[in-house]
Amino acid sequence: MRFLDTFFDGAVMAKYLPELLSAIVTTLWISLIVVVAGLALGLVMACLRTLGRWYLTLPIVAFADIGRALPPLVVILIFYFGLPGLGINLSGPMVLILVLGGVLAAFAEEIFWAGLTSVSRGQWEAGRATGLGFGQTLFEIALPQAVRMGIPPLVNRALAITKMTALGSVIGVKEILTVSSSAQSFSGSATPLTMAALAYLAIFLPVVILSRVLEQRYAWAV
Amino acid sequence: MNDFIDLFFNLDIMAQAWPLLLKGLIVTLQLCGVVIGLGLVGGLLLALGALSPRRWLKWPAVGFIDLFRALPPLVLLVFVFSGLPFAGLDLSPFVAVVIAFFLNNSAYFAEVFRAGIQSVPKGQAEAARATGLSQPQTLAHVVLPQAVRNVLPDLLSNTVEVVKLTSLASVVSLSELLYSANMARSVTYNSSPLILAALVYLAILWPLVRLISRYQRGLAVH
Repeated sequence: MRFLDTFFDGAVMAKYLPELLSAIVTTLWISLIVVVAGLALGLVMACLRTLGRWYLTLPIVAFADIGRALPPLVVILIFYFGLPGLGINLSGPMVLILVLGGVLAAFAEEIFWAGLTSVSRGQWEAGRATGLGFGQTLFEIALPQAVRMGIPPLVNRALAITKMTALGSVIGVKEILTVSSSAQSFSGSATPLTMAALAYLAIFLPVVILSRVLEQRYAWAV
Repeated sequence: MNDFIDLFFNLDIMAQAWPLLLKGLIVTLQLCGVVIGLGLVGGLLLALGALSPRRWLKWPAVGFIDLFRALPPLVLLVFVFSGLPFAGLDLSPFVAVVIAFFLNNSAYFAEVFRAGIQSVPKGQAEAARATGLSQPQTLAHVVLPQAVRNVLPDLLSNTVEVVKLTSLASVVSLSELLYSANMARSVTYNSSPLILAALVYLAILWPLVRLISRYQRGLAVH
C-alpha cells in the first residue's frame, strides 16, 4: 500500500494533470518540428552529395560525422550557455530544436546516402541512357528506392532523437520531464515521475510497435 | 572574432580546466566499460529470450525490450535517482546511472542481437544439431559468431550511442567528463571547457563513426 501511495497517489495525480498535459503538448510540437526539419535537411544534404562536388561533399560529411559523434547534451549546453556571450540569445525550445534537428539531419543524411549508394550504377546509367536528366534519374529512380530502404532505420533514429526532448529539462524547457521533476520536488511524492513515465510510454510505445511492424514489412529490402 | 576565440577557444582556460576534465574522462571511461559490458550481456540474454519458442520467456523479454526502448534514458535515470529513494532505495549517482542505462542499453543491444541471430539461416543450427552439437554449443560455435559478424556495424553504432549517453550522467551530478566541463564553465564564465569536452568526445568517437559509415558503404556495394 505504501508503494501505491508513493508512486500512484491519486490526489497528486489530479493536482498536476493539467500542467502535465500542457507539457505533453510542448514535447509533441518540439518533436514534430525536429522530425520534419531533421529529415528534410538530411534528405537535401544526401541529394547534394550525389552531385560529387568536393566543396559540397566535404562540409556535408563533416557535419554528418560531427553530428553523429557528439553527445547532444554537450552541444545543447554550448548553445544555451555559450552563445549569449556573443550576443546570441536563443530560447530553450529553440536550442532544443536546432540541436536535435541537426543531429537527426546528420543521421538521416547517412541513411539516405547509404540507400542512394546501394542503388546499382547500372540503374543510374540506364536512367541517363533513356534520356532522363541527372535530376530526373535521382528523383524518380534512385531516391524512391533509397527512401524505401531507409524507412526502418529512420523510424528508429527519429524515435531515439525525439526521446531526447527530455534533455530540455536541463535548460528549462517546460516539457514532460521538467514539469514532472519540479512537481515531484514540490509535492514530495514520486507520483509525478510515474506520470511522466506513463506519458512518455503513451507517446512512444506506439512508435516502438510501429517500428517492429515496419521492420517486418521491409525485411526483404535489407 | 576575438570575442569568439576568447569565449570558446581560450587556451589558458582550457589548460586550467584540463586536469579536471581528465578526471572526468576517467569516470566516463569507467562508466562506459561497466554499462557496455552489462548491456551486451543483458542484451544477449534478452535476445535469446525474445527468440525463445517458450511463451513465458518470449513475452516478458519482448515486453521488457519495448518498454525500455519507449522510455527516454534521462527519464529512466531521473526515476531511478530521484524516484526510488521514495521507496527506501537510496542509490549513489554511479549506481543509479548504471542501473538506468543498463535497462535502456540492454533493450537496444537485444534488438541488435535478435536481428543478428535471425539473419543466420535456420539450416545452420539444424545442421549443427544433427552433427551432434548440443544447443549451447550450436549457439556459441555456429550461430553467434555469424550473427555478430552480420550486425557488427549496428553493434558498433550502439556502442557509440552508449558513450554519448554517459554524458547524461552529468544531470545527476556524477562527475564525468561533461559534468566536469560544465563545472569549469560555471566557475570561469567561459565556454572553452565545454568545447574542450566536445573535442575529447570527438577524438574518441569520430574514428568509430567513420568506421561505421565505411561498413555501411561496404555492405551496400554488391
